[in-house]
Amino acid sequence: MMPNMNMVESVNSAIDTMLSKDEDVIMFGEDVGYFGGVFRTSDGLQERHGKHRVFDSPLSEGGIAATAFGMGINGLRPVVEIQFADYIFPAYDQIVNEMAKVRHRSGGEFWCPVTIRTPAGGGIRGGHHHSQSPESQFTHTPGLKVVYCSTPYNAKGLLISAIEDNDPVIFFEPKRCYRGPFYGDPHNVPTWAGHPEAEVPDSHYKIPLGEARLAMEGDSCTVISWGAMVHVCEQAIKDSGVSCDLIDLQTLVPWDKDAVVKSISKTGRCVIVHEAPKTSGFGAEMAASIQERCFWNLESPIERVTGWDTPFPHTTEWDYMPGPDRVAAAIVRTQED
Amino acid sequence: MSSEGGDGPLYVPDAPHRPGDEADFTEWPWSPGDLGMPEIGCDASETTDLAEGLVRVLGDDNRSSGDWDPKLRPEVLIKGLEHMMRLRIFDDRMIKMQRTGKLSFYMRSFGEEAVAIAQTMALKEQDWLFPTYRQPGAQFVRDRDMVSMICHCIGNEMDNVKGRQMPVHYTYREGRFISVSSPVGTQFSQAVGVALASSYKGLDEVTITWIGDGASAEGDYHYALNFASIFQAPVILNVVNNQWAISTHKNFASKNGNFAVRGLPYGIPSIRVDGNDFLALYSVTSWARERASKGFGPTHIEVLTYRAGAHSSSDDPSRYRPSDVHNFWPGGDPIERLREHLKEIGEWTDQQHKELSEKIDTEVMSAYKEAVKFGDLANGPYPSSDAIFTEVYEEPPWHLMEQWDEMKKWRNS
Repeated sequence: MMPNMNMVESVNSAIDTMLSKDEDVIMFGEDVGYFGGVFRTSDGLQERHGKHRVFDSPLSEGGIAATAFGMGINGLRPVVEIQFADYIFPAYDQIVNEMAKVRHRSGGEFWCPVTIRTPAGGGIRGGHHHSQSPESQFTHTPGLKVVYCSTPYNAKGLLISAIEDNDPVIFFEPKRCYRGPFYGDPHNVPTWAGHPEAEVPDSHYKIPLGEARLAMEGDSCTVISWGAMVHVCEQAIKDSGVSCDLIDLQTLVPWDKDAVVKSISKTGRCVIVHEAPKTSGFGAEMAASIQERCFWNLESPIERVTGWDTPFPHTTEWDYMPGPDRVAAAIVRTQED
Repeated sequence: MSSEGGDGPLYVPDAPHRPGDEADFTEWPWSPGDLGMPEIGCDASETTDLAEGLVRVLGDDNRSSGDWDPKLRPEVLIKGLEHMMRLRIFDDRMIKMQRTGKLSFYMRSFGEEAVAIAQTMALKEQDWLFPTYRQPGAQFVRDRDMVSMICHCIGNEMDNVKGRQMPVHYTYREGRFISVSSPVGTQFSQAVGVALASSYKGLDEVTITWIGDGASAEGDYHYALNFASIFQAPVILNVVNNQWAISTHKNFASKNGNFAVRGLPYGIPSIRVDGNDFLALYSVTSWARERASKGFGPTHIEVLTYRAGAHSSSDDPSRYRPSDVHNFWPGGDPIERLREHLKEIGEWTDQQHKELSEKIDTEVMSAYKEAVKFGDLANGPYPSSDAIFTEVYEEPPWHLMEQWDEMKKWRNS
């Protein structure tokens, strides 16, 4: 019997595992050291691994990214935390112009094996600046790998892969799902207890970057999503009564072409769901790529269900985040002739 | 006891005390009257002693003294006391609302009430305030209606920012109180721009802004000092050193513990002031305002204080510092110090204090009851979700109009 972990514990376990396995792994960020992180994802790690390996940083996202860059090119494997994805932008120059390009610009003489973990997404009444899901602002940057976990099991396996990867990885954690899957009903939020995806080994294991997870299997439609929306899609598929493949993309760059093509070749119909805004969202990239590869298999237009092209609201966030009703309606639309 | 250094060759600092430790603040070596007031047009180099020392006016004997004594009329002092008491009582009511699910989140100013209140009182009404979430008290000085403040915190249908921002992220244009943003530090360099616009327009307007000790590690802090210095901006740049940024002690923001001196190499006159001393804060801010107004440019101020409470309603400081630590802060409590001063000079009694406290209690309760009539977070009614789409742009473009129509099909509120 494997231990049951929520996503806070499985992220913690992944970092713990890597700190134990590789002395080049270190972790730092705002409030991650003594306190153990505002979401508790590094709780106990400083005590276990030492203050020189798990420590607090100044409040300086640009400084965190730049320092991680320097450590990375000099042989360490830093895991840094940006406390909320909304606060990553002071680090954007360091990530986009420096980390992402150093391998290329140096003719392969330097590389930057940094993992940047950051809680993302809404559903916690966080308003404009504690709710955003900025993955597409990184998928548009050559040189970065972009991962978005969705369950305790894939969080640990993907995070270990990210840390062991020799390229910089932006690792998004859906904060709404830290303590339970989120099916779109804010008044009924279960914990991870008893969920099969919460059976997480204590030991080292990896989920390869670039591989999607088939979360549900069906014949009539392919629903593609990532992060918290995977669970909303699960609910929507059940509500729609339509037999669907549910692809949890897990890695956005590089995304799992084979899994997507295989599924759409079977179903001929597709709905893409993300909570980030629609315009230039990663759903646009998916839709364009799918029509390039699967045009002759498609039986209906590809649907996108996304957050609106507006800032993320505080009081009315449930009218912003895609819910099962919107997703189910899109699934049903794809079934019309 | 926590120790500096680390478990390996990499040096890592630490906080001076952790849960289970005794708070061990060293007694302050600074007294009122230690430091003189320089010429209003002085150079940064003439303020070295002010940056390295601490401007105090209220002594341990509760009397005021020294060059920096603003010699305020008792009515002004009583007004300051009243605003600070109002803020504390208001905060206590709001945190109770948060605990009962009527607000999503809250941040108190506990222990730091003097900062925004004394400093705003020392300014003129045309001056711009560019605050963080820890300076809401400035709005009381600028006569903001308390019901409106509570409605914002609830995010109900009377919230002037329409349910868009988290609680305590106030906007109050009428009082020249610029919209609070969550990303820390951004306002500091923006305030320089506000000040330079006033210069450009030839107006006698000064801009005041604040940043925390923690956020002074952000680039925005340094951008602000450089731009303010180079363009001689009429701006008052305050680092509120309240010792903690959530769990991060100021030792992670400054090696030598002094923030004030950082202004000197930028060529900005710099002062460290006791942030729990209403009179000293008022005086230093008046001096900085006069400098700015007369064209001598920015002043950089470290406001030395202590975050007596939690960072926010989501924080539990007992996990990272001794729970009673603020009781040992050498600067004491700002409200108690001003109250004792007023009593010492014969302008206040315990009875008057009690009556004022009761009056404010009633005022806050009445405002609270009025505010929840417009909805609370637990039960609504909420602002219309149409507000998600308005004011994203001056006019919504076609793609927002399409999405707005789509949202109307699905919305709950």
